[in-house]
Amino acid sequence: MDLFTKFIDTYPVFLKGMLLTFQLTIVSVFIAIFIGLFFAFLKISRVKVLEWIADVYIFLVRGTPLVVQIFIFYFGLTALDISQFWSVVLGLAFHNGAYIAEIFRGSIQSIDKGQMEAGRSLGMTAGLAMRRIILPQAFRRAMPPLGNQFIIALKDSSLASFIGMYELFNVATTYGSNEYDYMSYLLIVAVYYLVLVLIFSILVNMVEKRMASSD
Amino acid sequence: MSESYMIKVEKLNKSFGDLHVLKDIDITVKESDVVCLIGASGSGKSTLLRCLNFLELKDSGNIIFEGEKVEKETHDLNKVREKVGMVFQHFHLFPHMTVLENVMEAPLHVKKLPKDQVKKNAQELLKKVGLSDKENVYPSKLSGGQKQRVAIARALAMKPDIMLFDEPTSALDPELVGEVLSTMKELALEGMTMVVVTHEMGFAREVADWAVYMHDGRIVEVGHPEDLFNNPKEQRTKNFLDSVL
Repeated sequence: MDLFTKFIDTYPVFLKGMLLTFQLTIVSVFIAIFIGLFFAFLKISRVKVLEWIADVYIFLVRGTPLVVQIFIFYFGLTALDISQFWSVVLGLAFHNGAYIAEIFRGSIQSIDKGQMEAGRSLGMTAGLAMRRIILPQAFRRAMPPLGNQFIIALKDSSLASFIGMYELFNVATTYGSNEYDYMSYLLIVAVYYLVLVLIFSILVNMVEKRMASSD
Repeated sequence: MSESYMIKVEKLNKSFGDLHVLKDIDITVKESDVVCLIGASGSGKSTLLRCLNFLELKDSGNIIFEGEKVEKETHDLNKVREKVGMVFQHFHLFPHMTVLENVMEAPLHVKKLPKDQVKKNAQELLKKVGLSDKENVYPSKLSGGQKQRVAIARALAMKPDIMLFDEPTSALDPELVGEVLSTMKELALEGMTMVVVTHEMGFAREVADWAVYMHDGRIVEVGHPEDLFNNPKEQRTKNFLDSVL
């Protein structure tokens, strides 16, 4: 049986795996954006304790493997009885939140100080100026690294297979072991990932172009 | 207004760390006055302007605005800033908004006025600064002079009682200075109270009611522009004028 036939024969199962991969990624990145924004605000708060809290969080996340973090949610915090899906989502969100916090901090601080002053000079509160003037510009600048982070999260979601979730990677290794043919199915799953990443890259590019219409 | 002055500053002091930038500044700006602040860079004139808008907070002294002594503990500075328009050297237009949106932003989201009214007012202001045809353009497509005129319209949209200009033409190519100055002149003729930090001696001479020369954080000399420029009493003023005129 050649590679193409295997691809055709297995695509319904792989598509289901892809859907799960996609759900894990979307939900976790969505949550990670809020976590990231929250810790970015702590980092720029100029309040020592809050900055310190953000630093500790980022240190913990960057200093430990993602698979350990996912296992902590699933096998570690047994008392909380978190499902497989949410263990992976929370692990990925917790993990990516730290990187996204740094992305947002950088993009917010890259906005010219004069923008905040102009807002304040018109009678805006610091919060309103942040929301109406700074954040829209900062989000736009954060788009390329955010897109990159999304792609990293998409690929990292393969770690869900380690706690038995039937996402793309697990589908591939299961077929591989059942049919004693790892290579074919690893190549097939690589194609699925590549296509997902390609589609997403095109989407991000479109969004960036749209946002750049004012430049 | 019961008081004859718009803003009165008494014994204002401001330091940045060890640097004492403003030293015992006293200045009174009456309604419809046009005041030009001149002086070398580092003399404190921009800091004084920013203190008037509370973008910088004073260390000591009084700032009395429309008869009320304004303190950050007792006043909502945001409310005060609504009445004090500011135009910056580098414009600081909001790049993610069109020209019209820039002008509408504050009345819409700070004063929360109805959109129709805000839009109509913004369009009138843009007409006034000669940029009606640029309403739907983003700031990046404008020349420096056009940007500064939009910035003036944006500040005017809040219907301020006083306008502060921080070197409004210093970042402009020479051929674009005129259009901004004529917009400001028009504003002065309408009776707007204005405090202008500028190096444009021609503008000061023509439009200002009086000029203030600052040096090293102090007000050295105050006078009618003609007198100040032609017959400075202080040697330091004379030296400065010799170097710029």
